[in-house]
Amino acid sequence: MSTTRQPTINPAPAHTEFHPRWYRPHVSVYWWLGQWQYLRFILRELSSVFVAVFVVITLLQLRALRNGPDAYTRFQHWLQTPGAIALNLISFFFVVFHTITWFNLTPRAMVIRLRGKRLPDFLVAAPNYAMWLVVSAAVGWLILK
Amino acid sequence: MPEKIILEIARYSPEQDEKPRFESFEVPVYKEWVVLDALNHIKDKVDGSLTYRWSCRMGICGSCGMMVNGEPKLTCATFLSSYARNGNKVRVEPLRYFPVVRDLVTELSDFLDKLKKVKPWLIRNDKEEPPLSQGEFLQTPEQLENYRQFSMCINCTLCYAACPVVGLDPVFVGPAAIALAQRYNLDSRDQGAEERTALLAHPEGIWGCTFVGECTRVCPKHVDPAGAIQQYKIKAVLDWMKSFVMPRGHNDSDVHNQAAND
Amino acid sequence: MERQSNEAFFWMLFSAGGVVAALLIPVHLFLFGLAFPLRWLQPPAYAHLTALLKMPLVRIYLFVLCSLPLFHWAHRFRYTLYDGLQVKHLNEVIFTLCYGGAVVGTGLAGYLLWNIA
Repeated sequence: MSTTRQPTINPAPAHTEFHPRWYRPHVSVYWWLGQWQYLRFILRELSSVFVAVFVVITLLQLRALRNGPDAYTRFQHWLQTPGAIALNLISFFFVVFHTITWFNLTPRAMVIRLRGKRLPDFLVAAPNYAMWLVVSAAVGWLILK
Repeated sequence: MPEKIILEIARYSPEQDEKPRFESFEVPVYKEWVVLDALNHIKDKVDGSLTYRWSCRMGICGSCGMMVNGEPKLTCATFLSSYARNGNKVRVEPLRYFPVVRDLVTELSDFLDKLKKVKPWLIRNDKEEPPLSQGEFLQTPEQLENYRQFSMCINCTLCYAACPVVGLDPVFVGPAAIALAQRYNLDSRDQGAEERTALLAHPEGIWGCTFVGECTRVCPKHVDPAGAIQQYKIKAVLDWMKSFVMPRGHNDSDVHNQAAND
Repeated sequence: MERQSNEAFFWMLFSAGGVVAALLIPVHLFLFGLAFPLRWLQPPAYAHLTALLKMPLVRIYLFVLCSLPLFHWAHRFRYTLYDGLQVKHLNEVIFTLCYGGAVVGTGLAGYLLWNIA
């Protein structure tokens, strides 16, 4: 009714005796570029994208196998194009990065105690690597034999 | 004459500044000086208005945490000489992601509130407190070892300044509070694990964590909050599977009672 | 209560997929993506591969190899988008796209492997 406009909510006072005005920092959208460890973390998380790419290519390969020898030959030719090689090369590095980071982080998540003593980290991680070797050899043998 | 080094210190005066600015101070570098000694030198000899928290200067009170060249550090445990070689400039800022009250002083009420919410104290289900004549709750060295690491936390909040999730998601309970919750969950005398689940096994609790692992790296007391959170995730999954197999009535308190009576 | 149970379930899928991806994908990717196309190794004949695919165990193995890693991707990618791009307000859209993708991929894998022999 009055001609002067009153704000409905009074703005918080700039400072009071016990509540000074705080500075609230804002997190940049590029926070993960600011520090090597953060970038490494984001790359580790993005390895999952290449995991998904691998699955998609595997599904295409299965479809080609189902569609007969000609389709499979065509698919193999596609895999030999520079683009496919480059993609698979990048994927391979990311997937191995995933494997290594995954294995190295297991000792953090799993506490294994032997006679009351916590097993040292490398003894928890080592079996993962051993298993990786064995499983890879078995898969390779099955495909190549 | 000792070597000189430039400290670039973030200054923020709520009465005058819109946002923090940097002020440079030249300080001498003595072999035995930590960053905190240099700050004390400035406050005593150069500019008495410089504001920061400190108390014990021996790495146990947890109040002198600051960003030193972008890394969360206890300034009482960070030698100036280890930076003197790198370009002779050291940046000192308040801990990241916290509101800044003044200069290098952060506002901690949000952290303290979260800490209180995880109930970091022994919770017992006893109807009455057992009489003193019954003696203390005894604990074997193995039972102590279960939680000892997590009990080393000094609430210095360096892990909060290291964790991007804390900055991105203000409701995230955060590393130290979850590690301290685990400190009590894993204590054989405690029976409050179930009570703490509501907050911990929640999107704002452990599930908010993406395992960046920086909290563990910067922790001056080697508490390993990231480990505590992942271990709790595995436990939450096992509990979930248990509740799936046995929809009602899985109760851990029997085990705890037994442990307490042993 | 409902949401916390769900998170545990999705995290379980994420970590199971993470283990499968860590153990198995490198060797598959190395052989079929690099070693065979670049002729570092003699690629297996079409007949050998289809013979392998006739074994039910191989098909179950391939189903797991395709399905779980997709759920691993869905979880990690969802959080990377939340945090990396600060788009937590699009929570539900991202959730649906990520897990929708994983479910579709799983369905395709099931369909292909069921009809392959």
